[in-house]
Amino acid sequence: MQSWFPFIPESASTISGDVDAVYFYVTGVTIFFCTLIWLVIFFFVVRYRRRNAFEIPRPIEGSHKLETLWSVIPLIIAMSIFVWGAKVYFAQYRPPQNALEVYVVGKQWMWKFQHPTGQREINELHVPVGQKVKLIMTTEDVIHDMFIPAFRIKMDVVPGKYTSEWFEATKPGRYHFFCAEYCGMNHSGMRGYIEVMEAKDFDNWLSGNANQTSPAAAGQAMFESLGCASCHGANAEGGRGPALIGVFGSNVTLNGGQTVRADEGYLRESITNPQAKIVTGFGPIMPSFQGQVNEEQLLGLVAYIKSLSTAKQPVTPTAKPPATGTPQSANPVRSQ
Amino acid sequence: MEEFTLPPPRTNYLNAEYGVKSWLLTKDHKRIALLYMGGVSFFFFIGSLYAMAIRLELLTPQGDLTQSSTYNKMFTQHGIIMVFFFLIPAIPATLGNFLVPMMIGAKDLAFPRINLLSWYIYMAGGIITIYALLAGGVDTGWTFYTPYSTTFSNSYVLTTGVGIFITGFSSILTGLNFIVTIHTMRAPGMTWYRLPLFIWSHYATSLIMILGTPVVAITILLLAFERLAHIGIFDPAAGGDPVLFQHLFWFYSHPAVYIMVLPAMGVVSEVIANFSRKNIFGYKFVAFSSLAIAVFGFLVWGHHLFVASQSVYAGMIFSFLSFAVAIPSAIKVFNWTATLYKGSISYDTPMLYGLGFIGLFTIGGMTGMFLASLATDVHLSDTYFIVAHFHYIMVGGTLLAYLGGLHYWWPKISGRMYPEGWGRFSSLVVFVGFNLTFAPQFVLGYMGMPRRYHTYPADMVSWQVLHVLSTAGASILGFGLLVPLIYLAWSLRYGRIAESNPWHLPGLEWQTPSPPPTENFYETPIVTSEPYEFAPPETKEVVGKFEKQAPAQT
Repeated sequence: MQSWFPFIPESASTISGDVDAVYFYVTGVTIFFCTLIWLVIFFFVVRYRRRNAFEIPRPIEGSHKLETLWSVIPLIIAMSIFVWGAKVYFAQYRPPQNALEVYVVGKQWMWKFQHPTGQREINELHVPVGQKVKLIMTTEDVIHDMFIPAFRIKMDVVPGKYTSEWFEATKPGRYHFFCAEYCGMNHSGMRGYIEVMEAKDFDNWLSGNANQTSPAAAGQAMFESLGCASCHGANAEGGRGPALIGVFGSNVTLNGGQTVRADEGYLRESITNPQAKIVTGFGPIMPSFQGQVNEEQLLGLVAYIKSLSTAKQPVTPTAKPPATGTPQSANPVRSQ
Repeated sequence: MEEFTLPPPRTNYLNAEYGVKSWLLTKDHKRIALLYMGGVSFFFFIGSLYAMAIRLELLTPQGDLTQSSTYNKMFTQHGIIMVFFFLIPAIPATLGNFLVPMMIGAKDLAFPRINLLSWYIYMAGGIITIYALLAGGVDTGWTFYTPYSTTFSNSYVLTTGVGIFITGFSSILTGLNFIVTIHTMRAPGMTWYRLPLFIWSHYATSLIMILGTPVVAITILLLAFERLAHIGIFDPAAGGDPVLFQHLFWFYSHPAVYIMVLPAMGVVSEVIANFSRKNIFGYKFVAFSSLAIAVFGFLVWGHHLFVASQSVYAGMIFSFLSFAVAIPSAIKVFNWTATLYKGSISYDTPMLYGLGFIGLFTIGGMTGMFLASLATDVHLSDTYFIVAHFHYIMVGGTLLAYLGGLHYWWPKISGRMYPEGWGRFSSLVVFVGFNLTFAPQFVLGYMGMPRRYHTYPADMVSWQVLHVLSTAGASILGFGLLVPLIYLAWSLRYGRIAESNPWHLPGLEWQTPSPPPTENFYETPIVTSEPYEFAPPETKEVVGKFEKQAPAQT
């Protein structure tokens, strides 16, 4: 697992080269300035060494122009690093379209993965090469961090919310991942491998583990067993509660007039803490499901609600949900 | 044979009174400085033992020396002891306590009793913390991140928190004392621009101490409420936010980095100017850069949270501000270097430490840019790169400056000279050992080795090679630090008697006997000269091609 340069980890994602480029630039600047300063100091220390115990050198007044010069030059260089670093970072954190979404749950001290087709893995993740993969992550206990050095990505996994990171692997192989946020006793054991496979090998691997319940299907079963249907409708078409079809990805208008984008975090909050944001036209009648569903079940519910948007309402936020028998149902989903 | 009768020994602050009580109830800032020096050295020794154990454990990929839970306690306790009980008080409470009144021509600090109180508070906090370590230890990391520290850790989090909470007050009192003293007790003629740069940097440090430390006190208090009563402020299930803790923690703990390094910069400014017998190049730039660091230091905490689910735009603002705070430090490095130009540079031990500081601080500061830059920080945060970076600042910066300052003022403090040859030797050993310890960790970090790891994958052979180098360096560093401990203690009894001004310097602290009398100066000095005035100011040369050459002689 070595790259062409011995002190650089394997570079195996579409952004790892960009990060390395910034790294080399800053390394170059660092080496240049450190060497410059050391050489100047070394020269002065030798050249102006004390030659007799009584010598008194001539005092020198500072020079504003020189000082301005060596304030402005470092500032310009620093700003160039800032801009470049921010640019790469921005690209790195803009969530991609049409990515393969893998759900990740961290817990002391293991990583649980679930593919959209239902396959589950622990401390190992199989992904296809050349496809964008988005990890949607949360944790059952403390803060963890999914760090994949070969892809140059890292993101904390924080209790109570979803964080995400994405990558597109560029070459097949087996790469380490680590928990990078200290999480207790066996923190250093909370690591594993990403197995990047050719697309056809990946399909083989998936079909070899078929007949799994997908997160969305599991979520649908939860939706029924938890009694969500009694308010949100048997097909999530709405009732006493807002319709869930087409909600994901839309802008929801709340009581009080502000709008909020319905992403995974919003769906999660609406299940665990329904009173936080009430959709306009509805009353605060939903009980909290905090503690009644675990993180994986919660991800299933979120996946189910997402599937209601992606399947029936592709990316046309202006479309209204299908007409239903209940009159309120058109209200909650408002798009802009 | 003629008989000589020795003159009766001069009364100084060390022999003015005898007995334990005369030390424990002293109001003399110089004696309190020595009390602090005892405490600080003790905690440094404990912290170093943890460091050695950590380095030994990492020699092999497996965990073969300790269990994971023990290892976690070791790095936590190493961090807590070193940060709160060594690095923060080291220079201000020892050298600062001793020298702030002497450098401005005062008899003592403004509040001598509060000064003594601050030492008792420091020791009380320290003893409580040591008790927590002996009772079972703490394993949260020195950063106490929630919810691990509030809900999941089964260790002495609260007791340690109480220790740190209490110690924080000693730092507030010291800062308060310095600010009042510098404002009100300067000798006649000691204008602000005649203050040695050591004073400016301690003034800036004091500002951070009194403005920042209350925030960490509040944070620890909230942590305690959360752990005891589960008030929910950091708990998402109750509507709280665990990341809020990180914001609060770093709002203090990033400025705390400047509490550690600003006094070190003050020491180095003194050493560089005095041991090249030159006034500092661009006095006002260096003085105000300290204040700029103190102010901007409060605005950059978010760079610890680039991967903690902070918003992308907040990340960009904090990244920008973090680059901005680098500039005042860069100015200092250039000005120190320019001060050497056409100087008369001695190779005495304090100067070797001072030059070593500039070299290592430059690396520490420049590697900070990797972490201020968003793209590279994502990869580097929470890896050994961070560990290497902050040790270059904390050890390469603060510890080297502390040792340099200790040697520089040792004749004044103890009245004895340390053995110069041993001093030079140990400073070189420290320099080599330090670099061998921490330079490999930069490489380890970029290769992906996370910090706070008890074990690492055995297939990463290069990681183990780098760890072995680092541990070898740590052994050399440890040896290099033991040597001064021995010869400084030796010199207290056997060292050559120091003159009042062994280095022939113009600073006020050298214009009084060594060791000084309890009241510092027999007569209040009247200041008529600029700082670092080795030669009359009329002879001053103006450099820089852009300015007109001043007439050499008037």
